[in-house]
Amino acid sequence: MLKTFVVHVENKPGVLTRVASLFRRRAFNIDSLTVGRTEKPEVSRMTITVDADRDQARRIEASLYKLVNVLLVEDITEEPAITRDLAMIKVAAQHDQRSHVLQLANVFRARVVDVAPDSVILEITGGEDKIDGLLEVLRPFGVLEMVRTGIVAMRRGAKSSTVPATEEFHEVAAETAEDDGQSV
Amino acid sequence: MGLGGGIRTHSDGEDVADMIKTGSQIIWECLEREGVKHVFGYPGGAILPAYDALKQSQIHHVLVRHEQGATHMADGYARASGRTGVAVATSGPGATNMVTGIATAMMDSSPIVCITGQVGSKLIGSDAFQETDITGVTLPITKHNYLVTHASQLARTLREAFYVASSGRPGPVLVDITKDAQQSSCEFDWESAKPQLPGYRPDLSPTQDDYAKALKLIQAAKRPVILAGHGIMVSGAMNEVRELADRTGIPVTLTLLGIGAFPASHPLNLGMMGMHGEAWVNTTIQEADLLIALGMRFDDRVTGNLKTYAPKAKKIQVEIDPSEINKNVKLDVALIGDLREVLREMLPRLQPVDCSEWRAYIDGLKGETAVRDIQNLPDSGHLYAAHVINDLWQETRGGDVVVVTDVGQHQMWEAQYFKHEAARSLITSGGLGTMGFALPAAIGVKVARPEAEVWVVVGDGGFQMTMAELATMVQENLKINIAIINNGYLGMVRQWQEFFYDRNYESTPLLSPNFAKLAEAFGIRSSVVKERRQVVPAVQAARRHDGPVLIDFQVEQEDSVYPMVAAGAGLHEMIRRPNPLVETAEDE
Repeated sequence: MLKTFVVHVENKPGVLTRVASLFRRRAFNIDSLTVGRTEKPEVSRMTITVDADRDQARRIEASLYKLVNVLLVEDITEEPAITRDLAMIKVAAQHDQRSHVLQLANVFRARVVDVAPDSVILEITGGEDKIDGLLEVLRPFGVLEMVRTGIVAMRRGAKSSTVPATEEFHEVAAETAEDDGQSV
Repeated sequence: MGLGGGIRTHSDGEDVADMIKTGSQIIWECLEREGVKHVFGYPGGAILPAYDALKQSQIHHVLVRHEQGATHMADGYARASGRTGVAVATSGPGATNMVTGIATAMMDSSPIVCITGQVGSKLIGSDAFQETDITGVTLPITKHNYLVTHASQLARTLREAFYVASSGRPGPVLVDITKDAQQSSCEFDWESAKPQLPGYRPDLSPTQDDYAKALKLIQAAKRPVILAGHGIMVSGAMNEVRELADRTGIPVTLTLLGIGAFPASHPLNLGMMGMHGEAWVNTTIQEADLLIALGMRFDDRVTGNLKTYAPKAKKIQVEIDPSEINKNVKLDVALIGDLREVLREMLPRLQPVDCSEWRAYIDGLKGETAVRDIQNLPDSGHLYAAHVINDLWQETRGGDVVVVTDVGQHQMWEAQYFKHEAARSLITSGGLGTMGFALPAAIGVKVARPEAEVWVVVGDGGFQMTMAELATMVQENLKINIAIINNGYLGMVRQWQEFFYDRNYESTPLLSPNFAKLAEAFGIRSSVVKERRQVVPAVQAARRHDGPVLIDFQVEQEDSVYPMVAAGAGLHEMIRRPNPLVETAEDE
């Protein structure tokens, strides 16, 4: 089944490569991987979904921890969490079909972010199912182009995924990040 | 630095000036502070600034003949001493030549730090002369690696490198240093350059609940066996393992890299397990009701087919690396932590286990093993490798002897016939199985432990892979004895061809130079041995001689290592040595 990991890593050059290389090397199959900044400049956060059973998931977690730059790994598959994917979909929409497309967009709470004579771009945020649903109904009109970010996830409620680290680390890490002017 | 307080004296000012150092000076100073006395390396363009500063340092540099040799030497140094070995090379080809040695150290958890020069930071990514992305290349075969582009990052990075390499489950760390980082200067402040590794957790320990479960399983076992691995040496838990066996009466089997962790002469030592372990030892594992794995990782060479591996046994694993847990074998209890600490916690709570019946049963399994032993077969006039190893062991018994092997048949015969009593007395490439390892690794061993008697046991194939290091050995004036087990074949491959490829000896017959003359060319004393009665005198003469000696043992060409578990077969499905006393029809 699909497992969702939230992985906090040091914001240093090459860390994304290390994580990606680990999955390839151990023959774990990444379904989606997103990476971005967090509330701390020296920490980046990845959301990784992988097709794995329970034992594999435990090994993935242990293998991730083996990477020196990995700060925190959480398997949030079983926990109440918000997961979001963002997609932009360019749909063929001739004059006579445009109102149909816009109606459908409305039903799915997608936003129109661009209108051209023959097409529109819809932006939709939500769980993967919702986006897949919209795609399905748009197909007959002609999907010209699509891009998805892959999912990001966050647990509900007070329980937070954040890296407890010493102040000293954050100071030094922030300096280093500045020096290098790099992110993952 | 300084005396504290606000007054800045003249001498304080000098201190500050003293603290300004070039990156090159910082490299050697950091190494000295890490306790490094010897490095193994080869200079070149991108590492020249560092070499230029070497003279001001107390560190002894061993000039190798190929950078692969430098990594194996650092590895041998580390395995023999437990201290971190250091290899140095230039960028590009210098760095890529290190890859095999780094992978070897990675697979066998050996702590080495590799320092490579890199092209100037402005040139990175431009396909500059001798530019290779070596941190990219070595990413999957290092425990961690670094690219350093500023002198100011050097102190912290090198401290982290030594800490990461030697702590937790040890492994190789590579530090790639650009030429401008070596040339530029900055303030050197060792004290404040402490490692910053917030994500690194080398010091885990089991829960009390885990301990309780493990103790319960051990006390309830009727047919337990201890699987002893390399981790015992790494953790320094030899005494604790011995106490565990003595206190409980549980028999012990060893992995290849575990040899030496538990004395061969101990009555509870069953010997080596796995692909070339004794048949009765493997049967013991297959029939056990409890496996206690100590610092071993259930490699496929010790388990055979996982589906049929020790089917009746509960399994306890004491392991420092959580990613090894349930990797190959499903465990009942995992004790994650440093082996010595874990055993120290357990020992006071352990009672003897009643396994006298089990031990008697194991004794019974030995059956006709001794009859099949090549040592006990009638003398056919042929010289067998087993004779050489056995006689070498007998001659050197009781001394501080380290045997460094290469990879292949001779390696297995060494493991079978040389009885190791002490930890770190067998140095061999297990996980990666790197041919060409022996000679350079032995140089590292001898540098680390000059008082030890060092023997290289090597095949004619593997020896020719790295024999250029003979020159390094002579230049460093190292007394190393080399026993070439020369059978004119790539023997282990030939054996597989014999067993599994219908005796199609494709590309395994091997032409070798006259090794004795070759040795002479390097100024090394040499001899040739073709008969068993010459073995002991040749070994004795080698031991008496001050300088290095090479002996070319020309042994039976088509002998095989027995018993053998074919790759993928169950551990109990063994190919046995044909016994001419009982099976004359089969023996050609």
